[in-house]
Amino acid sequence: MQRESAIREPLILGDKSYHDITEDVCAPVEGKANKYWYIVFSISVMVALWGVGCILYTIGRGIGTWGLNTTVDWAWDITNFVWWVGIGHAGTLISAVLLLFRQKWRMAINRSAEAMTIFAVIMAALFPGIHMGRIWMAYWVFPLPNQFGSLWVNFNSPLLWDVFAISTYFSVSLVFWYIGLIPDFATIRDRAVKPISKMAYSVLSFGWTGNAKAWIRFEEVSLVLAGLATPLVFSVHSIVSMDFATSVIPGWHTTIFPPYFVAGAIFSGFAMVQTLLLIARKVLSLESYITVQHAEYMNIVIVITGSMVGVAYLSELFISWYSGVEYEGYAFMNRATGPYWWAYWSMMTCNVITPQLFWFKKIRRSLIASFVLSIFVNIGMWFERFVIIVTSLHRDYIPSSWSMFHPTFVDIGIFLGTIGIFFTLFLLFSRFFPVLALNELKSILKSSGENYKKQH
Amino acid sequence: MSKAIYALYNDDEVMVDGAKSILSKNIRIKDVYSPFPVHGLENVLGIKWTRLAITAFLYGLTALTLALIGMWFFMIQDWPMNIGGKPNDFLYQNLPAFIPITFEFTVLCAAHGMAITYLIRNKTLPGMKARNPHPRTTDDHFCIEIDRAENAGMSDDEIRTVLQETNPVEIFEK
Repeated sequence: MQRESAIREPLILGDKSYHDITEDVCAPVEGKANKYWYIVFSISVMVALWGVGCILYTIGRGIGTWGLNTTVDWAWDITNFVWWVGIGHAGTLISAVLLLFRQKWRMAINRSAEAMTIFAVIMAALFPGIHMGRIWMAYWVFPLPNQFGSLWVNFNSPLLWDVFAISTYFSVSLVFWYIGLIPDFATIRDRAVKPISKMAYSVLSFGWTGNAKAWIRFEEVSLVLAGLATPLVFSVHSIVSMDFATSVIPGWHTTIFPPYFVAGAIFSGFAMVQTLLLIARKVLSLESYITVQHAEYMNIVIVITGSMVGVAYLSELFISWYSGVEYEGYAFMNRATGPYWWAYWSMMTCNVITPQLFWFKKIRRSLIASFVLSIFVNIGMWFERFVIIVTSLHRDYIPSSWSMFHPTFVDIGIFLGTIGIFFTLFLLFSRFFPVLALNELKSILKSSGENYKKQH
Repeated sequence: MSKAIYALYNDDEVMVDGAKSILSKNIRIKDVYSPFPVHGLENVLGIKWTRLAITAFLYGLTALTLALIGMWFFMIQDWPMNIGGKPNDFLYQNLPAFIPITFEFTVLCAAHGMAITYLIRNKTLPGMKARNPHPRTTDDHFCIEIDRAENAGMSDDEIRTVLQETNPVEIFEK
């Protein structure tokens, strides 16, 4: 039996047995949802429906319904895309990288973080789809034999790399998530009393038996998938950043982009996990499993990656002056002092300044402070993408074509709509899926459970 | 007569000790069912480690080859185009631009190939029936399965006596 140092704080609080873990995690699935769930769910569905309406309107009328103009020809669509992809990076990072590093605290948060990843990537993938204008031709992004002689897609283009990166990331994350879910669905299946839920979870659990060899294979598959997913996480956001970095637009044409985008993605992803889990632990009564300790660990990741993002901002600024390239220099001066100064300084405040408060242990361990600061990060990271994209475009080389971007109700509707769809999916997940990796948690109960630690 | 005798335990350590003492009495264990992976059990039972990682490598290798052949065909052989002046007379000249997709495709096929192999080898596919002997083996109980046919030399009572000594919560047949 593996023992753990007494100084390490327990990861599972209270006097829990294996059966208690099952009971606690299955309770939201087996019980009835409370009033708050229905209220939040109704609001999310309404916002989602508005979003769907705006999306359908865009598809019907074309992207002329957005606030784009000839100068700013890429704005909220790509901002939202990068924002959602970034958020989608925490889940696989938590489950894959932390698995490789054998971090036991991942077990309480990986399931919901991965769910969040999958929903966020779905939201992200929506934007390139609808910004094509003619979504029914979306299959043209794949190298399919065609009647044009055969004209193939351009494998030199980062936009095509993106197609492969996002679809690989989405499907591999989905498989990773589902393979972890199978044993937990089996637990719910074997406890189900109602015939419909018994049948549903029998199908979902694929007939999992949990014999010795199956568990060996399970561990091996988790490990190898983690090994494959780790470079994948880094590659996906590097490729997203190359959509900009391989162009010749001042403000985009920067070699620092790949590492800077990856750090930013982890930063925003952890912030979204923090936001969601601080609510989930209360609503679903999982305080014994998602503890203050877990929040602190995530805050540490947030402050580290936030500082990396801060260093990237400052080096960009420095290089724009030091390189002596006047276009580059102007792009950055314009960001900080031009008409979009408010976006730049919101980004700086939310991403670089406020997360530094996490250096204080009191703030790091305060759940309210963590929640508020995580919202700040979510806002700041959206502004980061907006600043990179719109402020680099809106002042063209010819001053006569300088312009501003004004979002229309469709732009706003689609953005808010994706938040609505995301929350709708997450709320459904929290009702019908085991939100914690309950069987994995049992394997650390004896080494990291509070009651077992006290005995030794 | 039922095919197998089962001993049910409520603790993983008791079960592992039980398995050791059952094996020391020359009774063969067919399988063990548990709610989570019990580490070290494979050594006690003498189960060989899985070769799934090798399959992942092979799927990945296949995908790597396919991706490179594909991109060579699309961009160099079938319809070469001048894209930003990038040299494309030979694969190696255009290779740097092909690395991202080669990598993504390798990961895609390695991950999915391994996952599908895993599901087939575990006999866990949509619509399959669960074969765990007791519903609580997915909750907090651990179950040792003794096949009668494998232990033909032992009588039922002998097996039951040995099992009883290992402190199970229940012994049942199925």
